[in-house]
Amino acid sequence: MTRATKPTTYREAIREALAEAMREDPRVFLMGEDVGRYGGGFGVSLGLLEEFGEERIRDTPLSESAFVGAGIGAALGGLRPVVEIMTVNFSLLALDQIVNTAAALSHMTGGQLNVPLVIRMTTGAGRQLAAQHSHSLECWYAHVPGLRVVAPATVEDARGMLWSALQDPDPVIIFEHGSLYGVTAELACDAGPVDLDRAAVRRPGDDITLVTSGGSLPTVLDAAQALAGHGIRAEVIDLRTLRPLDDATVTSSVRRTHHAVVVDEGWRSVGLSAEVSARITEQCFYELDAPVGRVCTVEVPIPYAAHLERAALPSVERIVAAAEEAVGSHG
Amino acid sequence: MTVGSARPDPVELYRQMLRVRRFEERCVQLYSATAIRGFVHLYIGEEAVAAGVLPHLRADDAVVATYRDHGQALVRGVPMNASMAEMYGKQQVVCRGRGGTRHLFHAPTRFYGGNAIVGGGLPLAVGLALADAMQGSDRVTVCFFGEGAMAEGEFHESMNLAALWKLPVLFLCENNLYAMGTALSRSESEPNLAVKASSYEVPAWSCDGMDVLAVWEAAHRAVELVRDGGGPVFLEAKTYRFRAHSMYDPDRYRDKAEIEHWRERDPLLLLERTMRAAGSLDDESLATMDTEALAEVDAAVAFAEQGTDEPVADLTRFVTSSGAMP
Amino acid sequence: MGEFLMPSLGADMTEGTLVEWLVRPGDEVRHGDVVAVVDTVKSAIEVEVFESGRVDELLVEPGACVPVGTALAVIAASGEPTPAKAPAKTKPSKPRVSPVVRHLAHELGVDLAEVSGTGAEGAITRADLTRTPGPQHVSASPLARRRAADLGVDLTGVNGSGPNGAITVADVEAAGGKAAGGKAAGGKAAGATPVPAPVGGPVVSPAPASMRTAIGALMARSKREIPHYYLQTTVDVSAAMTWLEQLNADRPATRRVLPAALLLKAAATAVRSVPDVNGFFVDGAFQRSDHVHLGVAVSLRGGGLVAPAIHDADQLTVEDLMAALKDLVTRARAGRLRGSEMADPTITVTNLGDQGAELVHGVIYPPQVALVGLGRIVDRPWAVDRMLTVRPVVTATLAADHRVTDGHLGGLYLAAVAAALQNPEEL
Repeated sequence: MTRATKPTTYREAIREALAEAMREDPRVFLMGEDVGRYGGGFGVSLGLLEEFGEERIRDTPLSESAFVGAGIGAALGGLRPVVEIMTVNFSLLALDQIVNTAAALSHMTGGQLNVPLVIRMTTGAGRQLAAQHSHSLECWYAHVPGLRVVAPATVEDARGMLWSALQDPDPVIIFEHGSLYGVTAELACDAGPVDLDRAAVRRPGDDITLVTSGGSLPTVLDAAQALAGHGIRAEVIDLRTLRPLDDATVTSSVRRTHHAVVVDEGWRSVGLSAEVSARITEQCFYELDAPVGRVCTVEVPIPYAAHLERAALPSVERIVAAAEEAVGSHG
Repeated sequence: MTVGSARPDPVELYRQMLRVRRFEERCVQLYSATAIRGFVHLYIGEEAVAAGVLPHLRADDAVVATYRDHGQALVRGVPMNASMAEMYGKQQVVCRGRGGTRHLFHAPTRFYGGNAIVGGGLPLAVGLALADAMQGSDRVTVCFFGEGAMAEGEFHESMNLAALWKLPVLFLCENNLYAMGTALSRSESEPNLAVKASSYEVPAWSCDGMDVLAVWEAAHRAVELVRDGGGPVFLEAKTYRFRAHSMYDPDRYRDKAEIEHWRERDPLLLLERTMRAAGSLDDESLATMDTEALAEVDAAVAFAEQGTDEPVADLTRFVTSSGAMP
Repeated sequence: MGEFLMPSLGADMTEGTLVEWLVRPGDEVRHGDVVAVVDTVKSAIEVEVFESGRVDELLVEPGACVPVGTALAVIAASGEPTPAKAPAKTKPSKPRVSPVVRHLAHELGVDLAEVSGTGAEGAITRADLTRTPGPQHVSASPLARRRAADLGVDLTGVNGSGPNGAITVADVEAAGGKAAGGKAAGGKAAGATPVPAPVGGPVVSPAPASMRTAIGALMARSKREIPHYYLQTTVDVSAAMTWLEQLNADRPATRRVLPAALLLKAAATAVRSVPDVNGFFVDGAFQRSDHVHLGVAVSLRGGGLVAPAIHDADQLTVEDLMAALKDLVTRARAGRLRGSEMADPTITVTNLGDQGAELVHGVIYPPQVALVGLGRIVDRPWAVDRMLTVRPVVTATLAADHRVTDGHLGGLYLAAVAAALQNPEEL
């Protein structure tokens, strides 16, 4: 018997997950800018106000620090808040609360307190929204002990990660890539929670390991397809959880392929790709047949013009070139 | 603790202020001898605020404090032994050596720190109150902060949000006139803080923060208002710290004469005068209270010094609740 | 009785300068009294005493800078004598080596213990190191080094084909004669050849004007003079792909056989069944060719198209054909084709490979009489034994010259191509 499926967008998957969480657990509520009457800056929470009412679908003033901090306090007070921040750029206004309070409380209080808070935010470029709405700062959060950082790259993960995040006793940040909201896939009608601990092999291969996450996954899968035409079988790993990193899945792949390229929409300097690359080198040095390659966003604030934005982001061509360079079939 | 009593108990108020004073005086000594480290921010001179406000709280209410937190912690009921041991970085303590002097957290008394980001505790207090409001409880959250926090965006965001959602928070501003070394007049366009706060449609007033009885009266009214569901209240206690901002502070920004002037209104001295005039305090009872306070401090130091260090092997413990490597 | 010590007023305060005494010997002091002014890195700070009693002796003069914890004064009647000064620190006796030099020594394989330093205080300098001869550095990947050790291969004699000439594991295996493909790679070319991407049909990228003109003229002549007819068939290539997968299983990426080679081989082999598609139409008559010189359309990086020949393609093994293809593509793109290769193809294949299109109807290169088109290999629903399944398929087309053949023969040719792909092991 195959499971019944239905075509579902990434956006709808998150919405379904939110609705289910609120039906299942009366402690869960959603709070953020324009999540209610507007339906969410990116339309994720459209219709939830009608079902759950203003008490649980809370429109907040434009006060990122206060409503994220209020989420922390409400979590301490026995609720299970889901706080939506419209974009990762805006989350910088709440960085104090996330880093100095949410992430630190458990350890700083010797385990007396924990913060079961879920923060969702949109990340990434590709929609011509320029430098104040397009950045990929996942690594800033993934740098901080005490946080769990996840990046659903598929509709299934968009559907399943929220509930799992709500079960985590500690703060979890969910990064939703803006270019994925409209992506449609067949989703099992009974789709449910997914694990938040393991990276996923999205395409098997044994010549080279392409490591990526979030909004870059579709590009990397396209690149792997192109590489197949060149006789290079690329394995594609979706990290899924950026903190804590699932080293084991990455390194066991690299031990087979002996080559790796890390693809990250963040900037190259001091970023996620640097971390993944370092771990591969630390753990698989004697298995590597070439230096670990990296394909990242060009180090500029994301520009508005479509051709400039495209040129800044990791592309199939750049990934293919890096992979060919790594396996030694460069021209 | 005389929770919700209609009249203040001056002896108890004096006793609490004295405990805090003696505890902190010992902190100075221990710090100079390098037994305790970090930044230590002393409450000496401001004891009337914590002592006057906290008796109005029930055990299930919540307190959010600042890094100048010894006074609030001790009056709230955080054990002195554990507090002292925390400063020593020992295991038998509130935060197992991870917090230190500025981050005294104590879950059993719902004492939420110990926040060393100025203004950082305010959103937290709003959230605690939001949880209470959404769960239909009549619990109150008291949020202490200095006047320096009123220049932070988090103050304005939090006041606005709490007022908008009518949340049960008492915003308790301890105005000691200096944000570190910056005088109020140099940091606030409107130095009348209650006026500033009232622009959020929040009941706001000031009291004499050196007079513990005045603080008691003002807080009594404020906590009642909040508990009755009227939304947040802002209360300013005008106070003064006699010591420098922290141990390592040359105190160049204040006149000695100004400090001496405020010392004349030492909250312990003021209450002592009042009680002596009322015949409720004499030399003998004063000496007894002092001996008891010093004995409690001695015991706390002894407890802390006998404590075992938190094992280094546990360094990463509690980064996550599961104990998994972060 | 007790001592008044230089206090520590912050974690970064390790010493302080006594600026001024505010008390004199004989003065009575009480706990909390300010007794001295101490200058720290921040500023002068008044410091207090924690003892009550009488100042017995001042131990440190104003102006003196002393470590935290040093006794400054004795309080009460019977003071202790001034504590002895801390003993001076001893200097380390080991010769000094900077991290850079240490690293260099490691890289050069120099034992530092055997080097005498000429630098300050006997420090070993870079110059000291280079005076000591060490083994030459070889650029090789970590995996290659490991494998070289296993195989007993001396890396200094191995040509590197990796980035910046680094030796890869494939180079080591080739040098050690353990390469899976049997033949050892001969130097850099084998490892570094670009993967071919031959294409046919219209070229969209801008080519040099002269080449574009030439292509245009040739194709116009073809369409003007040659009465084309077109056939197409879709071929299940699952057997071929499975066979290739097994063939490639143990080979490094650089020595793998691509589907393109297999398809070309099939096209060449099929000529044996229908020889009338192979040859030239010259002076109003068809001249059948006894050799199959398979023209392969190669797109050039800067735009444009050439179709040089792989000679006797039907006689080559699939592996040799793969090698020939790589070689041809490399040279075509480098502009180093031989005249014969350009002049004598007897039938041409345009293989869309990974370029995306599934179907290509080609234009015959005059004076040839047929052009075979091969599309992208795609997974498609496929009926096998009346059951629907998914198979990798390729659409093969034939454009042929009606002056020489007709649809019947053309159809036989495509059928032969399809049949060849069902038995890849015989190719």
